[in-house]
Amino acid sequence: MYWRVEVENKSAVVDPVGQGIKRDILDLGIDSVSDVKMAQVYIIEADIAEDDLKRICEGLLCDPVIQQYMFGVLEDKKFRIKPKKNCYVIEIAYNPGVMDPWEDSTKKGIRDLGIEGIISVKTGRKYRIKGTLTQAQISLISEKLLYNKVIQHVVTIEYLKKTLQAHKEVAYEFKKVEVGLCGLADKGLLNLSKECHLYLNLEEMRTIKKYFSRLGRNPTDCELETIAQTWSEHCVHKTMRGIIDYMDHSFPPKKKPRKIRNLLKTTIMAATGKLNKSWCVSVFKDNAGIIRFDKDHNICFKVETHNHPSALDPYGGAGTGIGGVIRDILGVGLGARPIMNTDVFCFGMPQIPMRKVPQGVLHPKRIMKGVVAGVRDYGNRMGIPTANGAVIFDERYMGNPLVYCGTVGIMPKKYSAKKVGAGEYIVVVGGRTGRDGIHGATFSSSELTHESESISSGAVQIGNAITEKKVLDTLLQARDENLYTAVTDCGAGGLSSAVGEMGQDTGARVDLDKVPLKYNGLSYTEIWISEAQERMVVSVPGKNLKRLLELFAKEDVDAAVIGCFTTTKRLELFFKGEKVCDLDMEFLHEGLPDSIRQARWQPPQRKASMPKNRKNLTTALLEVLSDLNVCSKETIIRQYDHEVQGMSVLKPLGGIDNDGPQDAAVIRPLPYSNRGIIISCGINSRYADIDPYWMAASCVDEALRQIISVGGDLEQVAVLDNFSWGNTSKPDVLGGLVRACFGCRDAALEYGVPFISGKDSLNNEYKIGKKTISIPSTLLISAMAVIKDVRKVVSSDAKSADSLIYCVGLTRDELGASSYYVINGWYSPDVPKINFKKSRAVLQRLSYCLSKRMVLSCHDCSDGGLAVALAEMAFSGGLGMDISLARVRHDIPAKSLRDDVLLFSESNTRFVVEVGQNKKRIFEQALKGIPFACIGMTTAEKAFKVQGIDNSAVIECRIDRLKEAWLAPLRG
Amino acid sequence: MKAIKVLIVRTAGTNCDQETKVAFEILGAKVELMHVNDLVKSKEKLFNYQIIAFPGGFTYGDDIAAGKILANELKMKLRDELDRFLHKNRLMIGICNGFQVLVKMGVLPGNVPWKQEATLANNDSGRFDDRWVYLKQAASCKPQAANRCVWTREIDEVIYLPVAHGEGKFIPADDTLLRKLKADGQIVFQYCDREGGEPLYPDNPNGSIAHIAGICDRTGRIFGLMPHPERFLFRTQHPRWTRQKNSDVPDGLKIFRSALNFLKRA
Repeated sequence: MYWRVEVENKSAVVDPVGQGIKRDILDLGIDSVSDVKMAQVYIIEADIAEDDLKRICEGLLCDPVIQQYMFGVLEDKKFRIKPKKNCYVIEIAYNPGVMDPWEDSTKKGIRDLGIEGIISVKTGRKYRIKGTLTQAQISLISEKLLYNKVIQHVVTIEYLKKTLQAHKEVAYEFKKVEVGLCGLADKGLLNLSKECHLYLNLEEMRTIKKYFSRLGRNPTDCELETIAQTWSEHCVHKTMRGIIDYMDHSFPPKKKPRKIRNLLKTTIMAATGKLNKSWCVSVFKDNAGIIRFDKDHNICFKVETHNHPSALDPYGGAGTGIGGVIRDILGVGLGARPIMNTDVFCFGMPQIPMRKVPQGVLHPKRIMKGVVAGVRDYGNRMGIPTANGAVIFDERYMGNPLVYCGTVGIMPKKYSAKKVGAGEYIVVVGGRTGRDGIHGATFSSSELTHESESISSGAVQIGNAITEKKVLDTLLQARDENLYTAVTDCGAGGLSSAVGEMGQDTGARVDLDKVPLKYNGLSYTEIWISEAQERMVVSVPGKNLKRLLELFAKEDVDAAVIGCFTTTKRLELFFKGEKVCDLDMEFLHEGLPDSIRQARWQPPQRKASMPKNRKNLTTALLEVLSDLNVCSKETIIRQYDHEVQGMSVLKPLGGIDNDGPQDAAVIRPLPYSNRGIIISCGINSRYADIDPYWMAASCVDEALRQIISVGGDLEQVAVLDNFSWGNTSKPDVLGGLVRACFGCRDAALEYGVPFISGKDSLNNEYKIGKKTISIPSTLLISAMAVIKDVRKVVSSDAKSADSLIYCVGLTRDELGASSYYVINGWYSPDVPKINFKKSRAVLQRLSYCLSKRMVLSCHDCSDGGLAVALAEMAFSGGLGMDISLARVRHDIPAKSLRDDVLLFSESNTRFVVEVGQNKKRIFEQALKGIPFACIGMTTAEKAFKVQGIDNSAVIECRIDRLKEAWLAPLRG
Repeated sequence: MKAIKVLIVRTAGTNCDQETKVAFEILGAKVELMHVNDLVKSKEKLFNYQIIAFPGGFTYGDDIAAGKILANELKMKLRDELDRFLHKNRLMIGICNGFQVLVKMGVLPGNVPWKQEATLANNDSGRFDDRWVYLKQAASCKPQAANRCVWTREIDEVIYLPVAHGEGKFIPADDTLLRKLKADGQIVFQYCDREGGEPLYPDNPNGSIAHIAGICDRTGRIFGLMPHPERFLFRTQHPRWTRQKNSDVPDGLKIFRSALNFLKRA
């Protein structure tokens, strides 16, 4: 029978959840709500007596100090929602098939009480909203704030029974399904690809047809799905690895098209090969790039995108994004310990009115809230600090937000490689397999439309961080006992991709009926391609099997033998003894035909426009500080635990009030060593609107500046690329990607920093009717550097009055796509460029000064240019500044030299550096030969003063006013 | 002298175990981590240790309420052993999630043994918050109850530690209990502002009643607190270490040292 329990705070106790929703309702523009209260609902299916249920309520579900409860059988009239004037009740529950995150732990709690016989526990939330509302307003509140129809629904009494029934298991009757592919002509092949959501093109479908025709049989559904996944853009990156006909129309035009075979290999990976750094341990082959840390340890870094799922279900999508990249680190080599997470998000403009948000798209603010909460709840529960990131806003991200999640790991160096042995057992550990996340890998190949939320709801996965934490705890114990020879994670493509990859050189056979399931009723194909979270696959020699299974069982982690690696070089799958898949590994992994795509690059044709020369730039500075891309992200940062594991050296926020921006995160991963890791990131998609080449180079420059700025050097820096692009079947979109790859290659070679890992996410666009909105071409560069002694780290906040302020690096007239121009709607084609040789010297010399402790504080110039860097440094340190622009080193011709150009130009490789008067001589000596100038002083008086080129005052402002302009926009 | 032995209890979702281990280790203690399943299987192992620590984290996901499921598990399965453990001259600490566990199983404040008398509820802000806070030792009305807690005897000024939690608002069941805790010196730490004065948000990061950040039992040997002393063992963990010259003993370390010194003297 079903019991129902409702738990809520006693009336005298505040309900922060309810109050939060009340604030959100006000945000929606509805001001007639006086109170919101939330009750937690449990529906417990169990054959137990009322006394037992009472014990469950009092011992487990209800906090006796602040809460009260009521319970009864499900049908009990007291639960009926009685319509009351000005009080509305809305109850939300999970859809059938969606994992209820509390079910397992609640069942465990009940078992611990000594009560057996619990069949299921479903949870929900009941909201009581007081106020005068129309039906339309109630629907708006429910849909916009209380639930997401992809995973949840509004409960009505009639509906409740139906969904509970739907939760019930339906037994699966095995039937092998063959797909009549061999008899199909081209049109039929394309239809099949579309209907089955395979996202394969004609050439690929023909190749499959040829393969099976030769075998004289049709493929099973399972074989077809396996091929579609293995060949998906997500898994094999066919655009980056295929053939590109590239035509450069920039000035002077290069007439001849150029054939690029494997863009990735010939640009980014080639640069790494050429640099040939001895400290690179594993690049571009495993789940993450690995470099050396110290004589006993290696460190690894991987960044992933999780864009499409986050558009549909921001909370779940972002959570599983971070969960997935953490598993990449658990699955690199023989497994590394995750020690830090990074997060970079790109959202639409949060202040856009609701009516301007297209159908099927969630409001950017809701997406932002959901994504932040998803990363928070998953990352914090994993006990991994989230200490570096960025948030970017642009209206073109509205329908297709970007969610980048990165994880850094550390491992004893002997665990850096893996090798599957034939005859070893295939063991799946961690989460159970359910229907969640079917077709995630292939779905990411499509653009989003307003129908995406219905056709692809299966692609959304709900994560459970604690399941993954248990896997982390136990897997690393198994690693330390040398119980397995290879490990990989189940990510996109599920078992299909994990087992397929591991068995590529040997062959594998799997009995799909041995895979532990969340519920019955899954077909063999669903089991094979499910993207259920928190699963890892290990390869275990027979002699270790008993110990391995025992180790996982001790900490309540599911582990099951599902097959073995063979010597057949075939992928063979069985269900209850019957063969359902038999594919050549070679065909599966090498059979994909090369794609040929057209690419074209042409600089944008747009009329330049510029502001009048203004005498007073105080307002201009305040506006740039309040730009969403510049302003403080403290509200987000503080929701992440950025210091768990106790390793933080430089936190994301610092300064006299712990709220100023820092350039990079520094951690000290080993408790008894002062060697550290610096993590930084560079991203600026607006530059790509002018030229993706310089955008890419600028992103590398930015990431490196941040490393130098906190005390690192260029000696041992590895970088990662993550491309999020629009539809690359459009030649100009692909042309931009080619140019960005060239930019990455050149920057890597010139600065001597190898790429060690990367990922691309293409087809990021959104269709509204016939109109397609593509995201800005976005490249995230993440950098990881080793610093020998963290005690030499320098922070960006100004330290003391009367010290000297230097601007290091050359300022040019480069206001194209700058914050100053973009927020005011001005345009210039002068995107920031780089003279690599000179820039490299700037980075190296400045790094030397920091390492010799000549520098009190250092901050790189990025969005908002010199002006923002100076202001941030001043207000973070609680100090004033007197600055003279006449002294800034630049190469700007007299006719275009203006105060606003010097202040807001975003020229690369520039820093603001604070130096004590006693270090003046040695500091200037050390920088001899590179452009720098002492441009002012810090002052005890809390005023920020800038004199223009003609020595008149152009900015004069109290630092607290500057700080408030920077803190206010996203505070909340 | 033989090293003091410390047990750190961990389970699904525990995540501050390693840094808590380091905290005791750098002071010379011998530390072991044990999964609660192992402990339940061989309960007598408990008596090999002089200190039990319940570290931070999200045990069992903090589903239902923070620390609730582990509290229930320990109470149902290890109640007698924990009672015996505490009746000898042994110590216990619960940090963050560990504090939530101790409060929810009724070990803290422990005036009525194994009855939950207080709680740690959702922060008033409604969200998880990671920030550094100032803490001062609460004054007691009775001089003999001053300095009751053996974990803080070496602390006499305002200290600075990070908090990182979503459910840290301390609420006693009623005013009588609050008065009793005050009178008996069971309130160990209160949030305060930089100068030790009355805090507003965010100095009191969660809205705790009477700004309570940590309490002890009547013996002063069981201590629980929301802030994380194990995250301030080294100078470079302080958020403003790059602005400071001197290098005092980090505040977090003082807490662990107090306890170990107490046991050494005993």
